[in-house]
Amino acid sequence: MASLTVTDEQVRSSPAKVIQPAWVRVMHWINALAMILMILSGWQIYNASPLFGFSFPREYTLGGWLGGGLLWHFAAMWLLMINGLAYLITGFATGRFRKKLLPITPSGVLHDVRAALTFKLGHDDLTVYNYVQRVLYAGIIVVGVLIVLSGLGMWKPVQLHWLVTLFGDYPTARYVHFFCMAAICAFLVIHVALALLVPKSLRAMIIGR
Amino acid sequence: MAKRSFLIPGVDKRLLIKDSIKTMPDVTRRRFIAGGASLGALTLLTGCDVIDSSSAEEMLKSVSKFNDAVQDFIFNPDALAPTFPESAITKPFPFNAYYDLDDAPEVSAADWKLEVRGLVDNKKSWTLDELYKLPQVTQITRHICVEGWSAIGSWTGTPLRDFLKLIGADTRAKYVWFQCADKDGYNSPLDMRSALHPQTQMTFKYAGEILPRAYGFPMKIRVPTKLGFKNPKYVVSMEVTNDYKGGYWEDQGYNSFSGS
Repeated sequence: MASLTVTDEQVRSSPAKVIQPAWVRVMHWINALAMILMILSGWQIYNASPLFGFSFPREYTLGGWLGGGLLWHFAAMWLLMINGLAYLITGFATGRFRKKLLPITPSGVLHDVRAALTFKLGHDDLTVYNYVQRVLYAGIIVVGVLIVLSGLGMWKPVQLHWLVTLFGDYPTARYVHFFCMAAICAFLVIHVALALLVPKSLRAMIIGR
Repeated sequence: MAKRSFLIPGVDKRLLIKDSIKTMPDVTRRRFIAGGASLGALTLLTGCDVIDSSSAEEMLKSVSKFNDAVQDFIFNPDALAPTFPESAITKPFPFNAYYDLDDAPEVSAADWKLEVRGLVDNKKSWTLDELYKLPQVTQITRHICVEGWSAIGSWTGTPLRDFLKLIGADTRAKYVWFQCADKDGYNSPLDMRSALHPQTQMTFKYAGEILPRAYGFPMKIRVPTKLGFKNPKYVVSMEVTNDYKGGYWEDQGYNSFSGS
């Protein structure tokens, strides 16, 4: 049971309490930039040979034409991969993933999803992620790993043929890559909407507190 | 009131744009690419120093060169492209070029000769009959286009490395540069390690039949470790060289190594 009284110490220490450490903030924003570059250039590449009966609007693509889109995609991939790898290593090494994202229990997720949908989910303590956050953040890390692996497989289908085999074959890796992108876009919509609904979480991701 | 359409009925807007880009002179095309780059830089890096188009373009070009080096470094010449059973062949195998099939080069077998130049001992030109006499092998591999689509085909011909040995090519040279019969002079450089890859082939047959015009008669270079645009068709000459001579698509911005 949490204490109902607030001690002097808590009052004094709370302004200094870091919600998002500097490394998380730096990597978060590098990732945000890299993701947007990858998505917009990826749409350009998609448009050259659409998988489905639609193309992305030209205004939302990067690079001007396929060649330009590819240049952006294969430049931003370094930013995404190096930053992502550093994030994974630091996340595991510091125990942040374990502390912040685990445990994830079905009952906890159900409870918090229900609370979120009825706008009853509290955000009093931003240092503790609720179950909706845990599922989304852990899930998007898995999607991030999948999109990079399927992308690498498509980039090097001979050298990394085992990676392509992991997804089935080359065309399947393309679909996996696409659906991971779709999942990231869906995540982005929810993520940005929630950050705007709870502005202090956005502030925490910028100044840490 | 309905919006007035300026599009020609039956014409694919996307292909139209694609085709018109291709007809742009080089400078315009480069500006066009830069336009995209600067738009991205402006919209995404607001608040930072605004990157002007030319420096964004320079940055992208140098990363692409860096990527060439990385790809060359991780290229294992012994890694083979996966092969497939005949049942996996894509039918019909797509014709693909930046022109229609009707505009594809029409090469006369009798007049055609493969010209050999550069760092080779024997610079004699080869007739088709002479080339057909060389030992041939068949491969069923996946052709992957830079656009993303792929198709599995069956190609028969002489391993390029056998031919390079036969003509006494200096295999320490950096590139084999191919020129094609296309009107506007399609050409493409192939790095020597990829040229010597066991599956890289001077292709004379598709699906057991003499290579049809659609797939590059009389000779195509099949490189299953490279994207389609680095598999030149209608080849008329090859040059073994240490100089990077550029290529039709490579000069427009496609990554030069573009290999898997």
